[in-house]
Amino acid sequence: MFDWRWEFVSDILPRLVKATGNTLLASVLGYGIAAVLGLVFALTQRTRFALVNRAVREFVEFIRSTPLVLQIFFVFYVAPQFGVMFSPWTAGMIAIGLHYASYLSEVYRAGIESVPRGQWEAATSLSLGPRRTYSRIILPQAIPTAFAGMGNYLVGILKDTPMLSVIGVAELMHTANAIGSEHYRFLEPYTLVGLIFLIISLPTAGGLRRAEVKIRKKMGLRSI
Amino acid sequence: MSYIEFLTSYGPQLLEGSVTTAKQTILAATLAVMIALVAGLMRLSKNRFVYGTATVYIEIFRGTSLLVQLYWIFFVLPLFGLTLEKFTAGFIAVGMNLGAYGAELVRGGILSVPRGQWEAATALSMPPGKRMRRIIFPQAFLNMLPPWGNLLIELLKGTALVALISVADLMFMARKINGTTYLSAQVFGSALIIYYLMSRGLVTPYMRWLERVMARKLGKIK
Amino acid sequence: MKISRNDYPLQLEGETIPMVRFQNVTKRYGDLVVLDSLDLDVDEGEMVTIIGPSGSGKTTVLRMLMALERIDEGVIYVEGQPMTHMARNGTMIRADNKYLRRQRLNIGMCFQHFNLFPHMTALENCIEAPVQVLGLSKDEAVARAEGLLDMVGMLEKAHEHPSRLSGGQQQRVAIARSLAMRPKVMLFDEVTSALDPEVIGEVTQVIRKLVAKHNLTMLMVTHQMGFAREISDRVCFFYDGKIEEQGAPDELFENPTRERTQQFLSAVLEAR
Ligand SMILES: Nc1ncnc2c1ncn2[C@@H]1O[C@H](COP(=O)(O)OP(=O)(O)OP(=O)(O)O)[C@@H](O)[C@H]1O
Ligand SMILES: [Mg+2]
Repeated sequence: MFDWRWEFVSDILPRLVKATGNTLLASVLGYGIAAVLGLVFALTQRTRFALVNRAVREFVEFIRSTPLVLQIFFVFYVAPQFGVMFSPWTAGMIAIGLHYASYLSEVYRAGIESVPRGQWEAATSLSLGPRRTYSRIILPQAIPTAFAGMGNYLVGILKDTPMLSVIGVAELMHTANAIGSEHYRFLEPYTLVGLIFLIISLPTAGGLRRAEVKIRKKMGLRSI
Repeated sequence: MSYIEFLTSYGPQLLEGSVTTAKQTILAATLAVMIALVAGLMRLSKNRFVYGTATVYIEIFRGTSLLVQLYWIFFVLPLFGLTLEKFTAGFIAVGMNLGAYGAELVRGGILSVPRGQWEAATALSMPPGKRMRRIIFPQAFLNMLPPWGNLLIELLKGTALVALISVADLMFMARKINGTTYLSAQVFGSALIIYYLMSRGLVTPYMRWLERVMARKLGKIK
Repeated sequence: MKISRNDYPLQLEGETIPMVRFQNVTKRYGDLVVLDSLDLDVDEGEMVTIIGPSGSGKTTVLRMLMALERIDEGVIYVEGQPMTHMARNGTMIRADNKYLRRQRLNIGMCFQHFNLFPHMTALENCIEAPVQVLGLSKDEAVARAEGLLDMVGMLEKAHEHPSRLSGGQQQRVAIARSLAMRPKVMLFDEVTSALDPEVIGEVTQVIRKLVAKHNLTMLMVTHQMGFAREISDRVCFFYDGKIEEQGAPDELFENPTRERTQQFLSAVLEAR
């Protein structure tokens, strides 16, 4: 089809597969940071201190309203102005982690707010302290509700990793660009990158949907 | 160089980039809405070919990255004899990508209209086209406006990627200025603020206004 | 806040200290006065039922005693100790969260909508707080919970999640869950209102059992007049955040002296 060269494909495929490893690593690391930081953002928005709540809220709102690719540049180029040098990987993980932490904090918040007030009151009337109430009563119920959103953003972060190529993280897109400019051929590398993303993201999305059903069932929660 | 001096020297360029970003956003949004309507309705079709076509489109555009799609449209399509100018390639990629997400909102919005409404329209002998246009869709539209507000912000953010195929938008200008001045904090900080103002100062208020107008039209008090 | 040691004692003293005392308790939501300088004593082992029209503040009484929210004025004492306040340097100040948590151990509460933890089985619901709060070992807690689940007739369903239990079954588990903390005072807020008529009996039966076998102090809000009359030592009729009339059940139901009580009772009894 249109000068599609299979031997070129077999030449470059090993490099792309190797780069896929970096893409997956970036997704998992970024998501790990986002998952933890997102919880911090969500919980700090529920403290008694109005000023803290407000500041975190505005920060999250700001991150969510501005482009990730610009944030990646910002972290990478601005830090040296203040005397800190970040490697592309570090800068990329900070930017993508912060960005998705903002999204996830909203998912967590919605999950926490979906837990009925009666659950808080029951926990209070049993003298459970705030930490135990969160960790044993509220979050276990909030997380299954949040699971669908969390899954979407896991796939989302995977699909946003190509933006890391702009500061030189050697993930899939960066490798495809390199191959393209070495051989002056873009058809095969870009198409293969697209296919690799499809091969990863479609089954992941499907698996997450099935996992959600399973988790709710296992926790004895009604399915939605 | 103070920030004021920075703004007087480079503000005009950032503004110029912002105008391009606004153009990209409006064009991409128009395309996305059209694609979303068509693909969303196709997803509700009983005809397997129609349904299947829309599903494949949606899965491909949601299953891969916007950046990959943009590069593919700009660098690979010419090999198939379809050469797009970079500005056009930019908003088409963004519009097609977000349109795929929008299609699912359209589908969900239509399915959210209660069965009784379909049945009542059918009982009045309305043909399917009229039923959709006059009874179902207006109600669905109101239901899907809030998620569209978020989607349009994603779209605005998505247009920043067209800078990578050298469309001279806000992102592109910011990089250019950074490359000559190395005033990274000022340049990228300003660009972030402009994007924020566009999102929360233009897109969000516009969508809120639209929600109010539509709610009033449909007789729902808000 | 109008609290000082001159107004209220740090600790009740005397020959008979009531198990629960509401002293001049006021609760407002904005401008709405929900409890209006309420005074109410409940003695140890006494079963007091609260009846009254919707919105009269019945639930609020229980929620204030459980300290789910703050009161605006007055003091609530449990076993002579202030529940809502604590002593600091010889004066009374508002209780902090830690103090409240300790004081709440004296009190158990059952809710209209059960509020079982849906991600835990019946048994897990019952051992959660005993292990986490009282520090019981898992074995002790399980033994205690199984005894209570047996008492409410739910032992076979101990390993089911709430979503697989009927309303009546859930409410019985909720009662066992509260009792597992060995409270001195039990609060029941319309525990049968959300139930289908045919399962109300299984829950009232459990409450009867508690009254007969245990020396628990109980405060119950209910719309079941027959049950209130049968089981209570005393019935309080609430109106507009105040006790309009109270007395022994036969007395109050047969010869209500206040007009509002008469109206309420005839309306409720007529509705049957
Ligand atoms: N959190 C709140 N905020 C504002 N008003 C409240 C709140 N909780 C209760 N109220 C009001 O306080 C009044 C008393 O409420 P309460 O729940 O104690 O009534 P009740 O006697 O239990 O009524 P019912 O028989 O309907 O349960 C009502 O008018 C109610 O609307
Ligand atoms: Mg009530």
